[in-house]
Amino acid sequence: MPGMKQAGLRIYRWFEDRLGLGKPIIDAAEHDVPASTASWWYVFGSAATVLLVLQVVTGVLLGLVYSPSAGQAWASLEFLDHSVRLGWFLRALHGWGSDFMIAIVLIHLAQVFLFGAYKFPRELTWIVGVFLLLLTLGMAFTGQVLRFDQDAYWGLGIGASILSRVPWIGGSLVNLMLGGPIIAGPTLTRFFALHVFIIPGVLLALVGLHLWMVLRLGINEWPMPGRIVSKTTYARDYQKLTKDTGIAFVPDAAWKDAIFAAAILLAVMACALYFGPFGPTGQPDPTIIRTAPKPDFAFLWIFAVLAYLPPSLETPVLFIAPVLIVGAMLLLPLLSSQGEKHWSRRPVAVLMVAVIAVTLGIFTHLGTYTPWSPIMDAWTSDPIPTAYLEDRTPLERQGALLLQDKQCRNCHSVGGKGGLRGPALDGIATRMTEDQIIRQVLQGGGNMPAYGNALSPSETTALVRFLTTLRSENQPAAIDASRKMVTTEPPNAAPTGTH
Amino acid sequence: MNPNEPNPQQILQGDQSPEQPGENELIHAKQAAHSRRAFLFKLSLLANGAVGAVLAVPIVGYLLGPALKKKSFNDSWVGLGPVSGFPEGETRLATFRNPVTTPWDGQTGDVPCWVRRISGTTFQVFAINCAHLGCPVRWFSESKLFLCPCHGGAYYEDGSRASGPPERGLFEYEHRIVGDSLEISAGKMPTPADQASNVQTLTQIAGAGTANGAAGLLNQKSQNLKPRCGSCQG
Repeated sequence: MPGMKQAGLRIYRWFEDRLGLGKPIIDAAEHDVPASTASWWYVFGSAATVLLVLQVVTGVLLGLVYSPSAGQAWASLEFLDHSVRLGWFLRALHGWGSDFMIAIVLIHLAQVFLFGAYKFPRELTWIVGVFLLLLTLGMAFTGQVLRFDQDAYWGLGIGASILSRVPWIGGSLVNLMLGGPIIAGPTLTRFFALHVFIIPGVLLALVGLHLWMVLRLGINEWPMPGRIVSKTTYARDYQKLTKDTGIAFVPDAAWKDAIFAAAILLAVMACALYFGPFGPTGQPDPTIIRTAPKPDFAFLWIFAVLAYLPPSLETPVLFIAPVLIVGAMLLLPLLSSQGEKHWSRRPVAVLMVAVIAVTLGIFTHLGTYTPWSPIMDAWTSDPIPTAYLEDRTPLERQGALLLQDKQCRNCHSVGGKGGLRGPALDGIATRMTEDQIIRQVLQGGGNMPAYGNALSPSETTALVRFLTTLRSENQPAAIDASRKMVTTEPPNAAPTGTH
Repeated sequence: MNPNEPNPQQILQGDQSPEQPGENELIHAKQAAHSRRAFLFKLSLLANGAVGAVLAVPIVGYLLGPALKKKSFNDSWVGLGPVSGFPEGETRLATFRNPVTTPWDGQTGDVPCWVRRISGTTFQVFAINCAHLGCPVRWFSESKLFLCPCHGGAYYEDGSRASGPPERGLFEYEHRIVGDSLEISAGKMPTPADQASNVQTLTQIAGAGTANGAAGLLNQKSQNLKPRCGSCQG
């Protein structure tokens, strides 16, 4: 055995004499870090890097089979899923790896923000990190396009529609994005180039820069309340802290990174194994219009915001909000490079993280069940509860039939089934009088289309009669207060009736 | 950290001792040579800048190629089939092969559209793309509405906006009837950037939606009316 070790060492020396890389790498690995940073809170950056490596490896492996041609891409994914040994698992790893990477990058972002790590002298590290976040999201979007299915096709349509609203140059930008007049072959190849060459190239280069700065400036020390960052004293304080409490990054601190990275990889593998690959959903044939396109998880919140913005605000918000958000993130370390780092002394920062996380969470949750979308087949698939048909006159039952036939159910639920776009119709009679329902049905308003053209007078009567029965026994029907006044007042009103 | 050990590389690189003192002439000559070489280097940078600029022209031209095409370049007349294939008073889905395609477009080169035959030779042809964000709208003949699955945009049968996030009505294709065949002018994905907005009518119930249909169409109800404004094409 000693002989083997000697031989191994000799081979290492042979390479090291010529490469000279071993020593700087070992020095970098063993550099001292403040002992307080050997924490489970400091593992997210390295986990993101490990996931990036996983994405590169699985991406290259998928590239062995994937065909970036609009006519063949979908079929090549089906081939990967069903005909290539373990192709489905590689696709699942890549897909779940992407979701995990976005999650870990966001957690890493929140952690360094709350720990004040963006302050002097690590401003540029943060700025590069902001670009890394954008590139990661860019990878997620372009990757979703490469999964060239219905969602990808119409997702491109959404992207093009958004770009087309850019003032003056919108039309040219759409052409540039699509690579031609419609979403077709040249569109997929340019997203392939973006996903496989351009964005990963920039991403890897910036990750290198990010890591280089972490090594050069030292990992952010665990913040303490009252330990103020000042440009004049910080470098000296940090050096003293490292000297006093320093431990070697490898192995004293890095074992936590390694354990966490392994756990994350295991989690990705478990999800891939259990849930399988993402799609592909239906083939990217635009003539198949029975589809409800939806973006991937990371973009659901944008999808939801686009449903709730008032139409007139949409275009300005689409173009001004991203500039403001990214601008604020880039300027943050420059405007706030000194002062307190500890979260307990930065309540606004904590509040911001909480509010942003809750907001994104709510919008994402809404995006998972899209209450704003009509349910296109509710009118044929969800029957009227029988309880709502008992003891009804023939005219009212005719109205129930019309409620189905006129597709009211696509937007209005009855008995808990149907669309959520409009209010549920159970108990509508307690909220609206017959006259109000007639007006609402015929003229629409409040986000409801007018049905005056789609209903004959007799149909309207039947439908409204049925709707006026939709209340429970012990709930009073809505009444028109003014009518009551008119009908009960004649004796008193008589003297003034001449006016 | 390990203390600095003697490195074989230092031996390989040779001894970098300072120049011998007193050799002013040599130093002078070296400085002159340096000045000349520095100038040449700057010159070479300039030359590379010039070559780079020349090289950038075709690269930028290649990249911007798709953006520089005019809409009219892509649009041409496409047949949707015989007029008799579209019953009067109904709205039907029609598909056509996009006039501009590549051999590897596959199914993506097939484009659907909604054809509404109002009566006789009076048609409206709507793009499939919702005017909000381009998702495929679906026609519901019973409620006479186009509904979008993405964000719930709704349009009346004449394509005018009924409710939801769209700011305008459906996009319309210019169309004509040649012999017995219905043709539309198509070729490009319709977006708000290229398509003029439909004029909003005062009463949406009446169904007299698009005053300026792409082909200067007036639909059934407004057929006998005068043009709405002096500048509009009758």
